[in-house]
Amino acid sequence: MKVGVLALQGDFREHINSLIACGVDVVPVRRIQELNGVDALVIPGGESTTIAHLAQTFEIFDEIRNRIASGMPAYGSCAGMILLADHILDAAKDQKTFGGLDIVVRRNAFGRQVDSFEEDLEFKDGFPGLLKAVFIRAPWVEKVGEGIEVLATVKSHPVAVRSKTLFATSFHPELTGDHRIHQYFVDQVARPALKKVQ
Amino acid sequence: MAEVTGTGRVKRGMAEMLKGGVIMDVVNAEQAKIAEDAGAVAVMALERVPADIRAQGGVARMSDPDMIEKIQASVSIPVMAKARIGHFVEAQVLQSLDVDYIDESEVLTPSDYENHIDKWNFTVPFVCGATNLGEALRRINEGAAMIRSKGEAGTGDVSNAMMHMRKIGGEIRRLSSLREDELYVAAKELQAPYALVKEVAETGKLPVVLFTAGGIATPADAALMMAMGADGVFIGSGIFKSGNPAQRAAACVKATTFWDDPKVVADASRGLGEAMVGINVADLPAPHRLSERGW
Repeated sequence: MKVGVLALQGDFREHINSLIACGVDVVPVRRIQELNGVDALVIPGGESTTIAHLAQTFEIFDEIRNRIASGMPAYGSCAGMILLADHILDAAKDQKTFGGLDIVVRRNAFGRQVDSFEEDLEFKDGFPGLLKAVFIRAPWVEKVGEGIEVLATVKSHPVAVRSKTLFATSFHPELTGDHRIHQYFVDQVARPALKKVQ
Repeated sequence: MAEVTGTGRVKRGMAEMLKGGVIMDVVNAEQAKIAEDAGAVAVMALERVPADIRAQGGVARMSDPDMIEKIQASVSIPVMAKARIGHFVEAQVLQSLDVDYIDESEVLTPSDYENHIDKWNFTVPFVCGATNLGEALRRINEGAAMIRSKGEAGTGDVSNAMMHMRKIGGEIRRLSSLREDELYVAAKELQAPYALVKEVAETGKLPVVLFTAGGIATPADAALMMAMGADGVFIGSGIFKSGNPAQRAAACVKATTFWDDPKVVADASRGLGEAMVGINVADLPAPHRLSERGW
């Protein structure tokens, strides 16, 4: 399995390092040819408006949207969660997303940078112990559609959700050196999804 | 499971999210919207861009809170603002306005010629300028969560930014080549804390994100800085002092992402109209050189 990390803007290098630690092949993705060579995609933290803008400018936006719609497994952290959501609140004017996850996400829901925080979280799907979660101007999930499983919450707002092929967190596992979230994506989301396709 | 704000990880992490991006100086809500639409990762709200501070002279201070709030209300991306070097009350004011990052900046007139702000006392993160590794590590020791190499702001002349990126990079590479027992003297020479010097020697990079600033005016300038190892760029006067700000802003964003692809940088450079006129740093009398402020 080859995993791509969308490398237009944001902390894509940290995601690449986390995935390498999980023992998968990883490549940065900025162009369609690079996207065509990967089985799964990780969308990093960054500015969702900037990443969407660059994806449109370099004509990779529609292709990512199509691949996700046709079942490519993907994981998004923070800005990545926003980009995987079907609907967003407090968006910039005309802000577009790749979509795929039937959720409503509120941007910067926890507030501005002075409200950014860390918290030890319980992650529902089979982690022993707590997970150090870092929230930076983070979004939360305001509403989930059918078939969406909520894996973690903060103050009763979902901050980790998944469907069959897609996974998103409001927080940044790439900043903590704890690779369990990436391992979860690789083993519990991407591999089973790809197996079904074959 | 209480939430903790203002931690080192949260402050430094915020800068990680800006990597590969362009932070643009803006003086009003209209400019901020143009910057956001062009793909800026953040805006720096200030009353006068460096080129005007330079032209008009006088004491340059923190911006009017009304103006900062108008910009905050107009965009969804992070809003940064500048405080004078050492002016911790301006910084407290900016924190109370919920700005996302404070730039303790030599572009404003310093308020203290010996001490910088004790940045550990704040929840909001700080970015500080540096001309060399020792200066960068002293700022990090005071709590800076992000460093930008200094250039000569408001000139459109990239030579100073280049010199400082080379200097910082060169000093980091030198540290990596030293024996462990030589790091004590290296710390003394850099006038920086030993623990930080040792960390840089081991990792081969700064412990925080390194952007670059000052004199960047074209897409090729932005790409040059990325090629020199910057994590991203600040563009001050270069955008809104040019002929076609919206187009130039978008072009600089493109060139920052695809800095290693000359074809993209070439396309981004086409038909941008007039760049800011610029001043050669060599023609500036020493008292007017902003990058020499800070200690």
